[in-house]
Amino acid sequence: MFSSTIERLQPTTPAGKKFARYTGILAVLVVAWLIPNYLATGTDGPLPLFTVVLCAVYALFALGLNIVVGFAGLLDLGYVAFFLFGAYTAAWFMSDFFYQVNPRDPSDKQFAINFHFLSTASADIKGIHISFWIVIFIAAGIAALAGLVIGAPTLRLKSDYLALVTLGFGEILPEVFRNGDDVFGYNLTNGTKGIGPVDKIGMGFLSRLPGIPATITSSDYKTKYYVILVFCALFMYASIKLRDGRLGRAWMAIREDELAASLMGVPLMRTKLWSYAVGAIAGGVGGAFYATIVGTVNVDNFTFSFSIIVLCSVILGGMGNVWGAVLGGIAITWFNYTGLVWIGTQVNKGFGTSVDLKKFEFGFFGLVLVLMMLFRPEGFIPAARSKQLKKADKQVQSIETAGAAS
Amino acid sequence: MSEQHMSPVADNAAVRGGGQPPVLTITDLEVYYGNIAAVKGISLDVYQGEIVTLIGANGAGKSTTMRAISGLLKPRKGEIMFEGNKVSGLRGNEVAKLGIAQSPEGRRIFGRMTVAENLELGSFMRRDKAGIVEDMERVFDLFPRLKERIAQKGGTLSGGEQQMLAMGRALMARPRLLLLDEPSMGLAPVLVDVVFEIIERVNSQGTTILLVEQNALAALNIGNYAYVLETGHIGLQGAAKDLANNEDVRNAYLGHA
Repeated sequence: MFSSTIERLQPTTPAGKKFARYTGILAVLVVAWLIPNYLATGTDGPLPLFTVVLCAVYALFALGLNIVVGFAGLLDLGYVAFFLFGAYTAAWFMSDFFYQVNPRDPSDKQFAINFHFLSTASADIKGIHISFWIVIFIAAGIAALAGLVIGAPTLRLKSDYLALVTLGFGEILPEVFRNGDDVFGYNLTNGTKGIGPVDKIGMGFLSRLPGIPATITSSDYKTKYYVILVFCALFMYASIKLRDGRLGRAWMAIREDELAASLMGVPLMRTKLWSYAVGAIAGGVGGAFYATIVGTVNVDNFTFSFSIIVLCSVILGGMGNVWGAVLGGIAITWFNYTGLVWIGTQVNKGFGTSVDLKKFEFGFFGLVLVLMMLFRPEGFIPAARSKQLKKADKQVQSIETAGAAS
Repeated sequence: MSEQHMSPVADNAAVRGGGQPPVLTITDLEVYYGNIAAVKGISLDVYQGEIVTLIGANGAGKSTTMRAISGLLKPRKGEIMFEGNKVSGLRGNEVAKLGIAQSPEGRRIFGRMTVAENLELGSFMRRDKAGIVEDMERVFDLFPRLKERIAQKGGTLSGGEQQMLAMGRALMARPRLLLLDEPSMGLAPVLVDVVFEIIERVNSQGTTILLVEQNALAALNIGNYAYVLETGHIGLQGAAKDLANNEDVRNAYLGHA
């Protein structure tokens, strides 16, 4: 609806710019394809394949949170909740967890569900085993539902209070799952022991294509990477489409001025809830995928620091910018999982020292954030909107200083 | 000014509406901020095609009344009716849907969005593409400056341009009642004249306007009917021309001894 009006009233994008954009996207795709084949360094070195996969997963998380924080301007410190729901969904529907039979104690309340559907798991492993490609949708649905349930009471709050309450939710949920092994006698989460092994991803009819296996084995990070890459690409496309549509405009209006947005007829609650739900979908999908790449789901994975790391990715990359969120997610994840240790090893090798840089991880995080806020507060790739404003500010400043000098 | 000065001007309601009922009726409105009463029981009417002005000193309750109409504040008592629909108690976006648009105090434009995007948000509830484009042309006709700045971010505009944008954005909803809250605030005198001229033009094109102003003289000049608010009550009311000549009003608000 909006795009057509804009096109009629604003100068259209020049052909050169459009060409540059498409070549840019092509270049990114080529690099994305090159990474596991030529740039990655196996299991060690500065860019191990496992880190590459994690970078892509966190890029997906950052894309999701970018919708909540970047587009709608709602500070969410509990994004871990959606990651958790996604991962547990995969654990529930892709493992033997729901076949708990204790032959020695029949009075023990038990589940004895055995259900297979297009799964890679062999038929003699009992439990619920559903194809990863279906579980992804279930995970997205459960995470979105969680977004609505968490959002409905909290989104009435103003920004700082929202941050605090979401932080609370992010802390409470893992505790609930930690103690979920005895819900009126039923074991729903397996508590601290975690759930595993999670079934592998089957590639179905795609395996007829050369180079694609029928089942992604646990060490086949290359195929895992391409799978998550597709999710990232889809979510980037969806983000951009949403941003430029009616809903995106409503999000931005709320971010800029909630009161004015409501005067324009933007339904505040519904619009905010949509941002939560859409953001949660990325968290849920990422979580389900994460569960399959690591093979087990343990409640210790879901910590407050996850929420902070994803938030840092969004801020570092440039709030509200889709490419920025991806870049931020990749940069922070690489630094977190490999970069710091690798740099430390290089330093130790070069200077003959024995410093364990990994110990200072959060110190470096803090330093990087402070430096970013000082020198580039709008992030690596600022959203186009803040760029022009900054320029105007500078112009006003220079006019004022010129006026003062004369 | 207190009760003894009440209504020196004849209440010419019959003349005002031309026999038609008012489009907006406020009855015994009371609005509180916590325990502090800002509006203590006011009643007023706005008829089709009028410019009704609400004048009064700081803290008289003008903006509070506006916020109560547009659903940003919940009244504690009283009723607001618009074209037969109860407005009091509705949320901001529901009020907007009924055909009331507000250019809020302090302009509150979307700073990081372009002029065009700001205007498009004004038409957020509408689906008639052709009508939206038509109205945007109308807004550019009223405010040629906005057309020059179309691709510029709202936050980079001057104060006067931002005021124009706020008014234009409200007009994009094609409202049947336009609420203007302090449109001349913070503007250079030259621009104040421009803004009031435009308000008159918008009104002559058929939009009913409720105008809140501290610039009482200018507001009374373009208004049909006026209410003077005093600390939450309506002190005086009458035809704008009559109030402009009223001794008390002149002393209190127009700066004449």
